[in-house]
Formats: sequence, C-alpha cells, structure tokens
Amino acid sequence: MNQDIHIPALARVEGEGSLTIRLKDGAINDILLNIYEPPRFFEGFLNGRYYQDVPDITARICGICPVAYQMSSVQALEAALQVTISPEVRLLRQLLYCAEYIESHALHIYLLQAPDLVGYESALSLAADAPELVKQGLHMKKIGNDLLKTIGGRSVHPVNTCVGGFYRWPAVDAIHAMVPELEWARQASIDTAKWAATLNYPDFEQDYEFVALSRLDEYAIYDGYIVSSKGKRTPPEEFEKHYLETHVERSNALHSHTVQNGTYFVGPLARLNLNFKQLRPIARQTAKDIGLKLPLRNPYKGLIARAIELVHSCDLAIELATDYQPQGPSYKEIKLHPGEGFGVSEAPRGLLYHRYVVDEQGLIRFARITPPTAQNFAQMESDLWALAPTVVNLPQEEASLSFEHLLRSYDPCISCATHFLNLHIDQE
Amino acid sequence: MSKPTIAVYKFSSCDGCQLSILNLEDELLDLVGAVEIAYFLEARRQTLPGPYDIALVEGSVTTPHEAERIQEIRKQSKTLVAIGACATSGGIQALRNFTNIDELVFAVYEHPEYLHTLPKSTPIADNVKVDYELWGCPVNKYQLVEVIQALLQKRRPNLPTHSICLDCKRRGIVCVMVAYGVPCLGPGTRTGCGVLCPSNGRGCYGCFGPAPNADLSTVLTAMNFVERYPGEVRGLLTHISNYAPPFRQAAEIPGITSFQIRGEQK
Repeated sequence: MNQDIHIPALARVEGEGSLTIRLKDGAINDILLNIYEPPRFFEGFLNGRYYQDVPDITARICGICPVAYQMSSVQALEAALQVTISPEVRLLRQLLYCAEYIESHALHIYLLQAPDLVGYESALSLAADAPELVKQGLHMKKIGNDLLKTIGGRSVHPVNTCVGGFYRWPAVDAIHAMVPELEWARQASIDTAKWAATLNYPDFEQDYEFVALSRLDEYAIYDGYIVSSKGKRTPPEEFEKHYLETHVERSNALHSHTVQNGTYFVGPLARLNLNFKQLRPIARQTAKDIGLKLPLRNPYKGLIARAIELVHSCDLAIELATDYQPQGPSYKEIKLHPGEGFGVSEAPRGLLYHRYVVDEQGLIRFARITPPTAQNFAQMESDLWALAPTVVNLPQEEASLSFEHLLRSYDPCISCATHFLNLHIDQE
Repeated sequence: MSKPTIAVYKFSSCDGCQLSILNLEDELLDLVGAVEIAYFLEARRQTLPGPYDIALVEGSVTTPHEAERIQEIRKQSKTLVAIGACATSGGIQALRNFTNIDELVFAVYEHPEYLHTLPKSTPIADNVKVDYELWGCPVNKYQLVEVIQALLQKRRPNLPTHSICLDCKRRGIVCVMVAYGVPCLGPGTRTGCGVLCPSNGRGCYGCFGPAPNADLSTVLTAMNFVERYPGEVRGLLTHISNYAPPFRQAAEIPGITSFQIRGEQK
C-alpha cells in the first residue's frame, strides 16, 4: 500500500464504524477505528422505569442478540429482588440461549465472515457459485430463528421473557417438533466445522488475555464465574473492580481494559480456550476430528470456534427440547423491596454484564450495561497495529481487505457498544 | 432490462429491521434474483452508485450527520420506505425527547464534548418525504416482502390498519385485560406482529405503533381501572412507539398516572 486507507463505512458488521490508516514515510503512522454509530442512551432511559419493562427495553439494544440482553437483565433483576427461579425456567432459558447462538453464529460464519476467507464480497455473490453452501448456512440460521420464535413469539425481540421466569410455557408439542430440525442442524454444524478447518486463515497470532464465564458442570453461557487465561477468578459482583471502561474521543462506544490497563479478549475464542472440557462430547469429538489445537490465538479462527459452539448448542438444544416437560407456574411472584443485583451471561459475541439498583416501588434507579464489543475494542485496535507491518507492503485493495477482515473476524456488534454507562453517579 | 435496485440504510437503531431481510432465509436468494441489492452494508461490501429505485431506511434521526445524510438519500431514491418503529415513530430512542438531553448525556458520558447528538430522535418523515411506512419493532418480514413485491408490481402495498384487539377476537385468544386484569394496549395498536403478547398471556406494549383512527381516550379510561402499579398504562404508552403522536398525546391525558421520574422522588 502506498496511500492512506479510509474505509468510511465497514461492511458486513452489525452497526456503523469507519477505519482510517495513515501512512508516513512508508510506515503506518496512525490507525483510527472510529465508531460513529449514534450514541443511544439506554442506561439513561432505564432510569425510573418499572423493573418488568427492563428485558423488553434492553432487548432493543441489539437486533441480533436480544436474548443475551434479556438474560443478563433478568438475572441481575432477580438477584436485586431476591427471586430464585425454578429449575425448569433455567432449562428453558438455556434452550432460548441455544437458539440465539444457532441464529447468530450461523449468520456470522456464513454471511459475515466466510466471504472474506473464500474471496467474495458477500454471501449473496458467493451463492451464485456455491448455492448449496449458502443455503446450508441460511437453513441453520432459520432453525435457530424458528426455535427463538417457538419459545419467544418472534426471533428479533422475543416477548416471552420476564423477570421471574416466562410469561407462559411454550407449547410442549411445538418444542418437541423442533427436534428433527435441530438434529439436521447438529449434523450441518459438524459439516460446517469440517469445512471451516479447510479454509486458509491469515497467519496471525497474539498473546491474548482471554476472559469468559466458566462453570465446572457445564459450558458456561447462561451464567457462571468470570475467569481469565491469566488465572484471575472474579465473581460477577466484582466485575467493575477488575474491568474498567473509558470514553475515548473518536468513539461513541466505551473501550474496556483490565485494572492493570491491559487489553483483553471476550467471545467464542475465549470461551473455547477456557472451557473446552465442559463442551458437549460431540463438540469435543468434532474439534478432535478436525485436528484443532488449543489454545487458539488467531482471531480469524473465531470462525472455527463458532462452528464448534454450533455443534455444542445444537446438541444441547436437542436434549433440552426432548426433555421439555414444564411443571408448575412459569414465573415466580415478586415481592418488591429495594436492592442491587448483578447479571452476567455470555452473549454470542462475549461476556455481557448488567447491574441494576431497584427502589421500593420496583423502579430502576441505576443501570449499567457493559457489552462484549466495548470490551473488545481496545484489543481490536491493538491487533490492527500488530497486523500493520505485515500488510503495509501489500497492494492497496488487499491491504484494506486484510484490515477489514480482521475486524469482521471479531464479529463486532457496534450498535450494542454505543450506549453508555453512568460514570458520574459514583462521583456524586 | 436491468433489475430494479434496492438500497438498505441504517440510522439510529438496533439493526433488527434490516436483519429481518436476512432472516428471510427461504426467500433471500429469490429476492436477490428479482432485484439488484445495490447498497446494503450489513450484507455486502460491494456498493453500486445511485440513484436507486427503492430505499429501505431503518432507524431514527438522532445526529446532525444523520440529518444531512437522510436528505442525500432522499435525493438518490425514487421510492423511500421507512421500516420499523425507529424510522416511523422515533423508536425507543425518542424517550430522550421527553427529557433534557444534556442531563442524559451527562448521566451517561465521561466526556460529553466528544459527542454529536441531537436533542430529539425523530422519525424519517419528520425529515424528508416518505412514500411508505412499515411499522413494527421489528417489522414483520412478510409485510416487508409485500411492500417490495407491490413496488415491483407497481401497486399499493396491502397492509392491514386495524388494531391488534380485532385479531385477538378473530383468533379466539382470551382477552388478557378482561380475563386477567392485565393492561393491554392492543385496542389502540396497529396489527402486524401476530398478536404475540396477548397469546403469551401478557398485555401488548405497542411495538407496532398506534392503529390509524383508534380512539385511545376510551381505551385508556378502561385501562386505568386495571393498573397493577402506578404508572403502568403510561409505561405502555411511553415505550417502543412513545413519540408517535397518538401515544404521546394519550400519555398526557389527565388521569393517566405518571410514574415517578428522577427528581420527583421524595
């Protein structure tokens, strides 16, 4: 490359961002990842709302992962209101989360990232040459969406989740009827992982600090303890002490770093590296069959990690759907009293933290939300700098694509990241 | 003859409505066969220069940059369709319209001076002429297909305008307000979602915006009797479609209890 690169609007990512790479004397002088997605004031809007409105409002932060926002919200509010959900509710929430993983990961693998790896500008163009491949991806995505719809009424912004449980148990027949489709999706996921292993990934590895939820007894998605590849263990209520966010000038999203001022990496690579043992056996077997070596330190290979998680999610969903036989009420009655609660779950893009303060009338008095993409921004910038020396001698278009591909491999959800926390409240 | 061109744009939004296009899993490849997707950043890197036959616009206008950009897009588009609650009513973002934006900015930002934002979140039609509006949070993807088909066939889209309430009766869904005493905005809300909330045993919260000609004052008088906590009805009106004129006017009707907002706490 012999000129500056300016990509005014990144394609095949969720939300709006631009990238500028400036050269000086043949070397990279500056890299600017500019998040111009408009600021959206969700935490501010939540202030004064009734607690039961929260999962409907936070879902609107993201059209691709509304379930993640609902799950972290309801867990934080249930903690604040000291409600213990029934085991059946937890199982159904896990199934709902599986559905979102299937939809979101299939979207990212086939429509957002894979075109970069196979040399197409989009899956729409790819479909002209490899229709069966794209159709397989779309069908997997559809199964995830259909399961979301069966449980939540619709796939984008489902309506059935409430603080305390679900408004209504979904029909048993309808859930059971999803099993054959999920079995197809599980096989398609295994095929996807095998195909993903054959692709040519850029040779790029970094020594990341990975952060994800973890549990001893299951692959942590719905809840868990916060662990780091540097050996740190953090209970959810101490998240804010260890992981900080700052507001930087070029961005309408906050950037996170650890308390030691290091960058860290959340998402599928972090989960797979930290929790491989807890994957369903069929997902571990698939990883073995494709010769996967852990830890994975190549961000582009997030695609393989997503494929393995698809196998896991389909397999878990089959069990949960087959065993679905709800008993008793679908939600717990709630007694109001003031309190504070924390909720952390693993959105498809990584760790998603919520904290709320509720008053004696059930109104929200404080809200704080830390989305996964905000946590990854600093790491993404650091990666762009690390990639730059290998790219600077490539032809202009190829160099530009390399930077874009790196960003897309993170599956950034820019809309999610552009709503803000309340830093001032602590200073009052 | 070259294929008609479609452009898809994002303003302030969650991406859910343009995702609804990608969620047309069974129809997507046929759609790509029937039209030229000339500009759709979430789906493709390649962009073709305008003007475009159809522009689908998601999101509301909340920044000075967006206010300029929508003017440009209007000039480039033969038919402009606003899709979703944000584009048609200002969306959940319009909650800022009822508060002092500086207070919100200060409440949520470390460095407010880095931000460029407008005091109000406005629907696309407040900024430029809009040819069709498709309501919903998110839009119903089959209604979206109907709009595209109708435009290709040069006819008016066939979109229902009656209220959710009527569809509940047609489907024999038990009325949550009458049977369980749950406030429901269904009598005043445009149909299109498939009566999701009442069929899940909860009240409608108005994602599809006000039904044309619905008389909200009558509905609200009835609803006030079943409030389970002070401000419940007002909470439904000041939700997803809060800035749609019938909802925002109704929220001011005397007798609609307002829930406590910051500063009112004793």
